[in-house]
Amino acid sequence: MAAGPMKMRATLNGGVTDVRVLMTHPMETGQRKDPDGKLVPLHFIQNVTVKLNGRTVVESQISQGISRNPVFTFRLKGGAKGDRIEVSWIDNQGETNQTETAVA
Amino acid sequence: MIAEGSPVELFELQGEELWKKPQGPKGVSLEQCDLGLGAGVVKGAYARLPRYFNDADRVMDLESRLLHCMMTLQGRTREQATLRVFGNDDRPSEMELLSAYIAGQSRGARMSPGTAHSKEKASYELGRALYFHRAGAWDFSCASCHGEEGKRIRMQELPVLYRPEHARPIMATWPAYRVSNSQFKTLQWRLNDCYRQMRMPEPNFASDSTVALALFLTVTGKGEPYHGPGTKR
Repeated sequence: MAAGPMKMRATLNGGVTDVRVLMTHPMETGQRKDPDGKLVPLHFIQNVTVKLNGRTVVESQISQGISRNPVFTFRLKGGAKGDRIEVSWIDNQGETNQTETAVA
Repeated sequence: MIAEGSPVELFELQGEELWKKPQGPKGVSLEQCDLGLGAGVVKGAYARLPRYFNDADRVMDLESRLLHCMMTLQGRTREQATLRVFGNDDRPSEMELLSAYIAGQSRGARMSPGTAHSKEKASYELGRALYFHRAGAWDFSCASCHGEEGKRIRMQELPVLYRPEHARPIMATWPAYRVSNSQFKTLQWRLNDCYRQMRMPEPNFASDSTVALALFLTVTGKGEPYHGPGTKR
């Protein structure tokens, strides 16, 4: 499956930037069976990186398939209006996607 | 609470892409489709459906109008355009993505379906009659489940949909994303699945009777600001 869209919002709230990002991903746990009874292979977002103006501020590792089309939220200190936030992910099958937005 | 950060927006984005993608033998997009507010106007269009369309001489809901545009603008056949109207976990259908996008463009607009034209009145009456018409193997009607207050199936409360106070919040949130199966579902699907649960013959997609039911329910729930696409259990 080609990587679907991502949607991100970043808002400043009293010195703390709330980042909320939606990702399109099947997030297979590796335990689900398809209609033929075969296991659907493990397929999940493994690493998520958040950058603030090009500087990495969050590096996260995810160990398993959580819900399909997950939403992640982060709270960053020290953002300012107009700062550029980039979020990128890479899954266990090597697919990647990224999006960026400005803090509002 | 489940509405917060719901993947509805992802479906809207994919729907917008599809709306602008040239398709069919004529190789054109749906951008010139007239949803009732003029060709290409999407903003606020969903809240005014179903209504009567002069060019097709019938009352249409969103899905039947989209089908009409696919056939007239894009030159696709009805068979080809309705090949896959309901999606599954892995692949949403074209109708589902498009309705996510179009309905999302009506947020905040008051639900005001057509009630003035004689065909709209006739369709409303047909929808009302269908709502109470008992038939099929179990002799069910819509009102068998949605006809008495305080009823539920498991933990799901059943709204009494011929009463405006019940219909308003429901009709203002369809089409909707269902959390339990991660799928985006159209109102046509909702009606189709209700007929399946009633053990009735499957209604034709976007047929006059399904549109009539949609119109009856939407008129009953009119006036509510649209706050969908919703997030359902």
